[in-house]
Amino acid sequence: MYAARLWSVRHARGLARVYKAFEAALVTLSPLLRRIGYDRLERPVAASERAVKGFLFDCQMCGRCVLSSTGLSCPMNCPKNIRNGPCGGVRDDGHCEVKPEMRCVWVDAWNGAARIPGGLHAIQQLQPPVDHRLKGHSAWLRVLRERDAGTGGPA
Amino acid sequence: MKFEDEPVPGYPLPILPGHTSPGRFERVLRAGAFAVTAELAPPDSADPDDVYKRARVFDGYVDAINATDGSGANCHMSSIAVCALLTRLGYAPVMQISCRDKNRIAIQGDILGGAAMGVCNMLFLTGDGVQAGDHPWAKPVFDLDSISLLGIARALRDDHHFESGRRISFAPRVFFGAAENPTVPPLEYRMQRLAKKVAAGAQFIQTQYCYDLERLRRFMRDVEDAGLVDKVFIIAGIGPLRSAKAAAWMRTHVPGVHIPDAVIARLEGAQDQRREGIELCVELVQQVREIKGIHGVHVMAYRQEESVAEVIDRSGVLEGRVPWYPGRDQPVSADRKVLS
Repeated sequence: MYAARLWSVRHARGLARVYKAFEAALVTLSPLLRRIGYDRLERPVAASERAVKGFLFDCQMCGRCVLSSTGLSCPMNCPKNIRNGPCGGVRDDGHCEVKPEMRCVWVDAWNGAARIPGGLHAIQQLQPPVDHRLKGHSAWLRVLRERDAGTGGPA
Repeated sequence: MKFEDEPVPGYPLPILPGHTSPGRFERVLRAGAFAVTAELAPPDSADPDDVYKRARVFDGYVDAINATDGSGANCHMSSIAVCALLTRLGYAPVMQISCRDKNRIAIQGDILGGAAMGVCNMLFLTGDGVQAGDHPWAKPVFDLDSISLLGIARALRDDHHFESGRRISFAPRVFFGAAENPTVPPLEYRMQRLAKKVAAGAQFIQTQYCYDLERLRRFMRDVEDAGLVDKVFIIAGIGPLRSAKAAAWMRTHVPGVHIPDAVIARLEGAQDQRREGIELCVELVQQVREIKGIHGVHVMAYRQEESVAEVIDRSGVLEGRVPWYPGRDQPVSADRKVLS
């Protein structure tokens, strides 16, 4: 929902803290989740992830969540899916070139990042191209899986 | 000043120490000269002569010619084909690659193919949205963005592998560019985005039209403060405006074009608006030249390409230098006439 998405960016500071706590809780719970089986959990977890993040961020379930590096503004809402934005087409009022009624996702991202401690550092990370096979899958479980495998960084 | 062991079309120049490409454009920039590039509007035609005619109007005034890749999301001859034609005559094209129309499989193939045909400069763009062009119902691809594409291109050139990790046997030797727009929001973060592009591998930057020099100066101050002036060659985008009406149309219809009211008012007040547009453009070229960290101008004179020579000539930025063009150093032969 667009209004909720804007609210989330405006409250990026508090929300980022909540999100971090949630991630920590998820990691704490991970032995239990692992015992149940990540694969078995995929569908219910992905569904709840879609519900929560869909409401708060208009999450598109790309499966490779970078919200913590983008000021809690989901880059997949950019009509060009730019993961390292903004593009050069931003209108003078800060709105999107493609959807004039929407504020640029990346203008929001930089504003959100400025509200989160360390956010302006995180947003400078070069984001690799998205792996389209992950679409629709839970990014939360992916973080846990990669953690178990020792390959992943923070979500 | 001459920068070239003269090119023989089809045979690359030696790569100088510290250079990544065998191209003249990189040589001009690294030698510290003020570079001039221009944009070639690809024809809506399958006739190679249409490309050569459009290139020839720049002869003697530009160091490289940008071949746009469906700019404004309009359909034209492809950028890779225009570049292939240009390299046949020894021109130095900048091959633009947009992420809008192709996925990473196609783009990586084009990078190898372009380099194989003698393209020494490539400019990586995200691209205009399809809504801007003549096929708004087309599927926007956007598998990559300009920055992730730079990373992939760098892996091809420097680490000799595709994104998949599969090895390539001969790496493309290409000078990498990207675009930036210092004149649109978020102004306070534009420099940081440039920093990201430089970190991703951009060696030169061609900017969107800069009619608002205050915004450009602010951007360049940020660039200087961040210590980026020595890390990337920034080339300012400039272009003559045909009339106040054309300028007003451009700023509402072309994504990313910011034209201050004062510019439009000045054109409106002129008797001959076209002349005034060229006048203004000459002044802009001279003014951006004085800004620290600007290494050249990129002239985008859409549908008035013949004015590029006048603008560059009158601005005096070449300082008597005559960039190479086919036939510069030899009398025009009958063969050449047939060719071009």
